[in-house]
Amino acid sequence: MSADLKTTPLTDAHVALGARMVEFAGYSMPVQYADGVLKEHLWTRAHAGAFDVSHMGPAYLNLIAPSGDPEADHAAVCALLEPLVSADLAGLGRGNLRYALLLNADGGIADDLMVGRPVRDPGQGTLQIVVNAGTKEDDFARIAAAAAGKATLERADDRGLIAVQGPQAAEAVEALMPGAAAMGFMQYRRMDFEGASCSVSRSGYTGEDGFEILVPRRMAPTFWDRLLADERVRPIGLGARDSLRLEAGLPLYGHDLDETVSPIEANLAFAVSKRRRKAGDLAGAARIARELAEGPPRLRVGLKVSGAPAREGAEIAGQDGAIVGRVTSGGFSPSLGHPIAMAYVPPALSAPGTRLSAIVRGKAQDAEVVPLPFVPHNYVRKA
Amino acid sequence: MRFTKDHEWVELAGDVATVGITAYAAEQLGDVVFVEVPEVGKAVKAGDAFAVVESVKAASDVYAPISGEVVAANGELADAPDTVNAQPEGAGWFAKLKITDLAQFEALMDRDAYEAFLGTL
Repeated sequence: MSADLKTTPLTDAHVALGARMVEFAGYSMPVQYADGVLKEHLWTRAHAGAFDVSHMGPAYLNLIAPSGDPEADHAAVCALLEPLVSADLAGLGRGNLRYALLLNADGGIADDLMVGRPVRDPGQGTLQIVVNAGTKEDDFARIAAAAAGKATLERADDRGLIAVQGPQAAEAVEALMPGAAAMGFMQYRRMDFEGASCSVSRSGYTGEDGFEILVPRRMAPTFWDRLLADERVRPIGLGARDSLRLEAGLPLYGHDLDETVSPIEANLAFAVSKRRRKAGDLAGAARIARELAEGPPRLRVGLKVSGAPAREGAEIAGQDGAIVGRVTSGGFSPSLGHPIAMAYVPPALSAPGTRLSAIVRGKAQDAEVVPLPFVPHNYVRKA
Repeated sequence: MRFTKDHEWVELAGDVATVGITAYAAEQLGDVVFVEVPEVGKAVKAGDAFAVVESVKAASDVYAPISGEVVAANGELADAPDTVNAQPEGAGWFAKLKITDLAQFEALMDRDAYEAFLGTL
C-alpha cells in the first residue's frame, strides 16, 4: 500500500478488523473484511451493514451574510447552487434531502450528489451537500467559484461519514441516536451522539432502508465501534457496496454516468426538476428538452446475463450480432444468484424482455433487458 | 503435488496432470461465483491463460502450469463454483492435461518451496 494514500478517521479500525485495504479515489479503503464480499452483501440485505464512506465529499454551503429571514436565506443559498444542478432546491422542504445531478454546459453529468436542507432556524441559508470521492476536488472548486462572495463552501470530508444500511439499520441506529427511527426516507436531521452533533440522513446506496451519518472526527471511531458492538451490524467493504448498489439499479459516477451522458439517457429524469425544465434554466436545457420530446439516442437499462458475468466494457450485441452498446457496470448478483449488468442501448432495444447478447471473452451470451432495480428497493415509507 | 508462482497446483498420475488453483489463491479471490474451464481436446502451452475464475468483484485468468492436451475438464464447477473455495486442492480441480514433457513438472515448486514462496508475499 502506497504511503501517500489518504486515510479516514476509521482506517485503523479497518486494519484492526482484518480488512483487505485497497486504493480507492486516493484513499486507503476496505474492499472487504474477513466475511468476504458475498457474505457481507447478503448480511446487509438481511440485517444491517456499516460502511465507511468518509472518502466521499460532504460539505456545507453557508451564506456569508444571512438576512435572518429563513425563507429568503434558503432562496438565496439555492440561487447559488441551483444553476449548477438538475434539481429544484428552492422547493426543497425543511429537513429534507434531494438527489441531484451536477451538469456541465452540454447537459452532461459532471457528478451526482445529495443536497440537504436544515430543519431548524437558525440554520436556513445553509445546504449540506455530499458529492463523490473521485470528483470532489473539481466539484468543490466549481461550487465555491459559483458562490464566491456570497457563500462559503465548508468542507466536511475530514470527518467520519458512516452509512448503516439494511432492514435492521433503523433499530441499530435508534439505539445510538434516539429519534433516528422516526425519520422518513430522504429526511435530514442533526442528532447528538454522546454530546457530538452529527448530520443524519435517511438515505443510502444499497436499495435498503438506512442512514448516512456525518460524525465529528474525534467521535467517529467510537460511533463505529458502538455500531459494530450491536450483533445486528457487521462491517461491509466497498466490494459489497458496489454489488448492493448494482442490484438496486443505482448508477455509479465514472462508470454508469460521465460528462457525455445526459440525465435522460441515464434514465434519471426524476432528478430533473419540472419547474427548472419549464423555466429552461438548466445547463444543457435544449438537449434535455429535445431528448424528452424525441427520445434520447441511448438509454441506461438493466440486463439479466446468462453465463459468465459481463463486466464494465463488455459489448452488447443485438439479434443480428451488430454491437449496440456497452456494459457500464456488471457483475454477479449475490441476491439473485446470476450475473446482472447495466448498459447503454438504443431506446428501440430498451424494453424489458428484449433479447440481446453480452460479449464476454469473445463469446455471445444471452442478455435480457429487465426492469431496474434488479432487487426491489426496501425504503421506509412514512405518512 | 507441485505449484507455480501464479498459485496453480499440478498433481501427476502417469502422464495425466490434474490442475487447479491453490488454497491461497482461492482465499485471495474470495467467493468464486463462476468458472470457465477449457474444452476437451484443446492444446495448451505452459503459461497460457487456459481457464477463468470469477469472484463477485473480478475475473481472473488461470494459467496453464504445464503444456499438454486437455483430456478432461471439471464440468461440476459450472453448477457449483463454490467448490473451488471449499476444496481448492481436491474436488475444485479445473482440468486434466495429457503431458509430454515431464521436465516441466519437475521444474515446478514442491509444497515446501511453495510455502516458502508464500512467506515472501
